[in-house]
Amino acid sequence: MIRSTHLPLLVTLLTFVLAYALCAAQYPAMLSTRVIANLLTDNAFLGIVAVGMTFVILSGGIDLSVGSVIAFTGVFLAVILRETSIHPLTAFVLVLVLTTAFGAAMGAVIHYLEMPPFIVTLAGMFFARGAAYVLSTDSVPIEHEFYDFLQSLYYKAPGGGRFRLIGAVMLLAFVAGGLVLHRTRLGQNVYALGGGVATARLMGVPLARTTVSIYAISGGLAGLAGIVFSLYTSAGYSLATVGVELDAIAAVVIGGTLLSGGYGFVAGTFFGILIMGLIQTYIVFDGTLSSWWTKIVIGALLFAFILLQKGLTWATTSRKRVRTGSATPS
Amino acid sequence: MSATTPSVFKRILPQLIILAVVLALNVIVFPGFLNIEVHNGRIFGNLIDVLNRGAPVALLCIGMTLVIATRGIDLSVGAVMAIAGATAASLVSDGHHWTTSLLGALLVGSLCGLWNGFLVAVLRIQPIVATLVLMVAGRGIAQLITEGTILTFIDPGLIRLGAGTIIGIPTPILIWIALGAGAILAVRRTALGMLIEAIGINEASSRLAGINSRVLLICVYAMTGLCAALAGVIVAADIKGADANNAGLWLELDAILAVVIGGNSLLGGRFSILASLLGALIIQSVNSLILLSGMPPEFNLIIKSVLILCILVIQSPKVGHLIYMLRASSLHVPPPEPPSRRVLTPKEDAQ
Repeated sequence: MIRSTHLPLLVTLLTFVLAYALCAAQYPAMLSTRVIANLLTDNAFLGIVAVGMTFVILSGGIDLSVGSVIAFTGVFLAVILRETSIHPLTAFVLVLVLTTAFGAAMGAVIHYLEMPPFIVTLAGMFFARGAAYVLSTDSVPIEHEFYDFLQSLYYKAPGGGRFRLIGAVMLLAFVAGGLVLHRTRLGQNVYALGGGVATARLMGVPLARTTVSIYAISGGLAGLAGIVFSLYTSAGYSLATVGVELDAIAAVVIGGTLLSGGYGFVAGTFFGILIMGLIQTYIVFDGTLSSWWTKIVIGALLFAFILLQKGLTWATTSRKRVRTGSATPS
Repeated sequence: MSATTPSVFKRILPQLIILAVVLALNVIVFPGFLNIEVHNGRIFGNLIDVLNRGAPVALLCIGMTLVIATRGIDLSVGAVMAIAGATAASLVSDGHHWTTSLLGALLVGSLCGLWNGFLVAVLRIQPIVATLVLMVAGRGIAQLITEGTILTFIDPGLIRLGAGTIIGIPTPILIWIALGAGAILAVRRTALGMLIEAIGINEASSRLAGINSRVLLICVYAMTGLCAALAGVIVAADIKGADANNAGLWLELDAILAVVIGGNSLLGGRFSILASLLGALIIQSVNSLILLSGMPPEFNLIIKSVLILCILVIQSPKVGHLIYMLRASSLHVPPPEPPSRRVLTPKEDAQ
């Protein structure tokens, strides 16, 4: 018997399988390992960010700053590798510490000043983008033998697909995210917070620590995504990754997570990312469709999944509502 | 009127002070800031420029104030601007009269608003999610209309909306002041404003009190769409072309910011359109300050974000409570017993 709580996840999974089957029926080359490998490589940075976004959305918040943080990370790495002679690994650690602290600071402001996450992370988005501009407004190339070494790491599958390091990093992020959410106390607290702040407090959830941790995780993962993005493009550019936060939120919602918080899975987000990647791949394969169809299709998918969630919540609560009249809790 | 004027003034006093401070800073870095000249029957000056360049955000924040007052939010206004600009440009380049194009764009904008309103009021989807759909898909739709190009036009009637003047004053200024005044009169001279506030404070009880919240919500979102469409046409007319990718990009955030600077709570309830409009002018004055001071434009965003944070901290309920406590203790009044392990505030209760 399928539990109703797993239904959105199943629908996402089915959508992906069905869409992939349709694509493969039309273009058999879609089944090649090259396409699958590229699906992982091209969406690696988006996937990593989406893991952090899943945490934030599960807790009932939102993080609009991640796109800017990715751009900042890229520019920071490019500039620091150009100006100084420190090893990229040291730079990676440095930038991860910076972005995690940045996320934690936003979480602290949200919790201690009782301000809506929407507006705090909006300020964070301006700040991170501004910091990237201040470092450099040009696209700075990254040339370092360690980068070449990292980019040369791949597993060549039969059929010619190259599974690169950054794809593996994304998979690792998803596995780690899932473990933290389902196997640790922090994960339980995230779900509790999303279920309701008042109830979470009464249950004894440490609100301050949880909120700060959630935004620190999101900031840190955005930093990691920035590192992956700089490996992917070999450059840092302050105007890069504008609007990635929206793609990440869309992937989380398509993955079946409730935007009001408290319900969802990291695995769903993974398939959300794959579905979005698949749409882009299909448009490339087709060749006659214009790129703007990506946005329209993702918007339509977003709408369909929101409707599905709405229908499910409505179906499970409609019996209760008959008694209390038309007044629905907002 | 005599009874309400002082209270209105008191309400917008913080915004007026901030605006005066920012304008004074402008004058310090650029002494000729307040000069206004007339050339060829058109007035020029930095102050006029602030009013003119602030027009899109001012128009957006009229609708955004109403939506936020109902405890909603509209993320799609930037995308609706792009759609409306594209519609106007494509209609006018198909040979239609500019008034037809303008009406067409306004109609499309209202339809976008109706769609948002339908999702929020009828399907009861959270506003932030419901409007996200159009925010993501909207730019795609705009590109569909312009077929991926920047659609340029030379129709003088349409261009006059963005770059022309009426009796010497740039048209965008007149448009936003007229629409703002109309909206303020509509919500304050009738019960409309009170009904909107009632929805924002508690939708369920407002419905039990007999307010047709569903229709009112849809109307509010349609109004926001209309404002966004007007802003989109002005932006397109200003550059004589519709840019589906960049028209109105991130302006939804500026509009929300203007509403927040205007002292309106994101949790709905009491609102002031006048204060939001002042917020829009503050944002534009800060932009002009950064430009005039000769600071590298790279710092623009950082300064803006620090400014937002300062304003938010001042408005934060926690800080307000702290100031209250400090003032109470300095007056040697025994401070009220700090609530042991905070009792739920109404705000948290409502969440």
